[in-house]
Amino acid sequence: MTAEASRGAEAPPELVQLLTPEGERVEHPDYDIDLTPEEVRSLYRDLVLVRSIDLEAVALQRQGELGIWASLLGQEAAQIGSGRALTDADMAFPTYREHGVAWCRDVDPVKLLGLFRGVNHGGWDPKEHNFHLYTIVIGSQTLHAVGYAMGIQRDDAAAATLVYFGDGATSQGDVNESFIWASVFNAPIVFFCQNNQWAISEPLEKQTRIPLYRRASGFGFPGVRVDGNDVFACLAVTRKALEAARTGQGPTLIEAFTYRMGAHTTTDDPTRYRVASELEAWKLKDPIERVKAYLFKNELADQAFFDALDAEADQLGADLRRRCLAMPDPQPLDIFDHVYREPHSLIDEERAQFAAYLEGFEK
Amino acid sequence: MTVLSLSKALNEGMRKAMEDDPKVLVMGEDVGKLGGVFRVTDGLQKDFGEDRVIDTPLAESGIIGTAIGLALRGYRPVCEIQFDGFVFPAADQIITQLAKMPMRSLGAIKLPVVVRIPCGGGIGAVEHHSESPEAYFTHTAGLRVVACSNPADAYSMIQQAIRCDDPVVFFEPKRRYWEKADVDTSSTDWWTPFDRARVVRPGADATLLAYGPMVKTCLQAAAAAEEDGRDLEVVDLRSLNPLDQPLVMESVRRTGRVVVVHEAPVNSGFGAELAARITEQCFYHLEAPVLRVGGFSTPYPPSKLEEHYLPDLDRVLDAVDRAFGY
Ligand SMILES: Cc1ncc(C[n+]2csc(CCOP(=O)(O)OP(=O)(O)O)c2C)c(N)n1
Ligand SMILES: [Mg+2]
Repeated sequence: MTAEASRGAEAPPELVQLLTPEGERVEHPDYDIDLTPEEVRSLYRDLVLVRSIDLEAVALQRQGELGIWASLLGQEAAQIGSGRALTDADMAFPTYREHGVAWCRDVDPVKLLGLFRGVNHGGWDPKEHNFHLYTIVIGSQTLHAVGYAMGIQRDDAAAATLVYFGDGATSQGDVNESFIWASVFNAPIVFFCQNNQWAISEPLEKQTRIPLYRRASGFGFPGVRVDGNDVFACLAVTRKALEAARTGQGPTLIEAFTYRMGAHTTTDDPTRYRVASELEAWKLKDPIERVKAYLFKNELADQAFFDALDAEADQLGADLRRRCLAMPDPQPLDIFDHVYREPHSLIDEERAQFAAYLEGFEK
Repeated sequence: MTVLSLSKALNEGMRKAMEDDPKVLVMGEDVGKLGGVFRVTDGLQKDFGEDRVIDTPLAESGIIGTAIGLALRGYRPVCEIQFDGFVFPAADQIITQLAKMPMRSLGAIKLPVVVRIPCGGGIGAVEHHSESPEAYFTHTAGLRVVACSNPADAYSMIQQAIRCDDPVVFFEPKRRYWEKADVDTSSTDWWTPFDRARVVRPGADATLLAYGPMVKTCLQAAAAAEEDGRDLEVVDLRSLNPLDQPLVMESVRRTGRVVVVHEAPVNSGFGAELAARITEQCFYHLEAPVLRVGGFSTPYPPSKLEEHYLPDLDRVLDAVDRAFGY
């Protein structure tokens, strides 16, 4: 597979697509979706709002309020489509870029900022949202997700696990091991790979010679490639895979074919390694524009809807900024908190020593 | 003399090693076109090609495992681990294979693999990007472990590490990457063997032992102590395994007081090894116990707290005060 074939603007034939970049509904023999106008508007609202959260976070980083930020720009449909396929009982395991999925799991956006602002390493209770903490070490969470799914299986629960990872992550041993475990134990899990074509500066062909979704067959479960910029298709494909997992049919690998429209993170400079024309080609496939076109064409929303949503997005951004700045800084002695659940003499000793040391400065 | 930043000095050192020996390879994540996330390998792929400067798949175990294979075939791979916190997927290959294979072959095999690791905190990063994992590796027999602290050492030591027939874990103090100094790239006369320590500031009253990022911190502490009339010696260990014991013990015997400074947690950190050896070899010369300044027994904290976690001038001087209190 050449770089052109893997990243070009032309959609590969295996791609599941239900909504074209121009906003036309298309049929697929294996996947369908029946959405009410209300549901389409709601998906559109999700897409717009998570982009607004993301843009605000990028701006906050530029102004020094966040140390770093990993933007989801371009991946909104992959995240909202898959995230909205989850039921409350399902469990999701993210990387560090799944702000859209966090949104679907009702994690307050300001809580996402803590890690990037350097006030904490996590910031939300995974059990409260059935949304695990962000994982920065590439691929580690895939094994946790399989283990969690094995637990669901042993509990006989009507639930499944959805785990996110990138195209780069597919090279990691942990990810490949997770495929094996999921397969061997027929675990109720869906592997959701957002192939955004890049792992920092490395293009997809540094990780694979075959389309990623085809890897699944070697491990013994189905793989499917979905248009990651098509929120309808992502929702339909993920729903079906999760339902299969919940009903004992084992794992599925979904490759959401998408594009990282921004830098890897705010510290990255993509002009060093990729050409501008590639981004231009992908801009034509923007995940939000096509839903907007669909809403317009089918007269499912009027200008008042769009205006109100714009206002809501602005409000959300402004609110996020205000609450980010109001986030309390952690205190020095917090360093010792939560390292252990049970009392720990060494921690207690060091905390006391450090407290005395700090008091020395006050005198 | 050329003025080089520490990262550029490493870059120039690798470039020289690649020019001198066609078997030298550079491999890692994003080391090619991007030149590494810290630009340490900037321009090397352009000049030496994709066969010698390899953007690898995203798999650290794979990087070290295949580097071992390349070394078996006669190459000298210089592997970049992108950040300290990501060396652990490679730990199995480093500890069970890289460190032990030469000995198992009864000397028939050499594995001249360099594992470069940007280490330490102070850059306001998110978790896993500020770790100091050196003690895991000094605890593993079969590896040489070194740490550079300044551009000149970076330039010479990386070349010495590449030329060395043993595996070398090479720590680079990432928060010092941008600091500049004169480096003489025209001769090797000034090079110190890379398993030797160096007195970077002579002093009579106490010895500060440091390596990597903490050398500069200790020099600042020594400058501040001078104002209080204390004359501190600063030793840059440079090599942790092997340790330059003669130089360290000579210094300690002269001053009688020692403070060890590293970013890694004090608990089971490399300072423990130093304290034990100094106590064994210099017991009757010591005026005070060997004191250690380092990270707490906690995970590296979120960046808003890292200034409290990292040893700074005040924490070093506080320990010096305590050493004089005995
Ligand atoms: C084990 C490990 N190695 C290296 C890194 C540094 N790193 C952070 S993100 C990244 C690229 C990830 O690419 P991909 O899996 O495609 O996810 P994306 O960032 O594109 O969403 C790398 C190499 C890391 N976080 N963890
Ligand atoms: Mg990617």
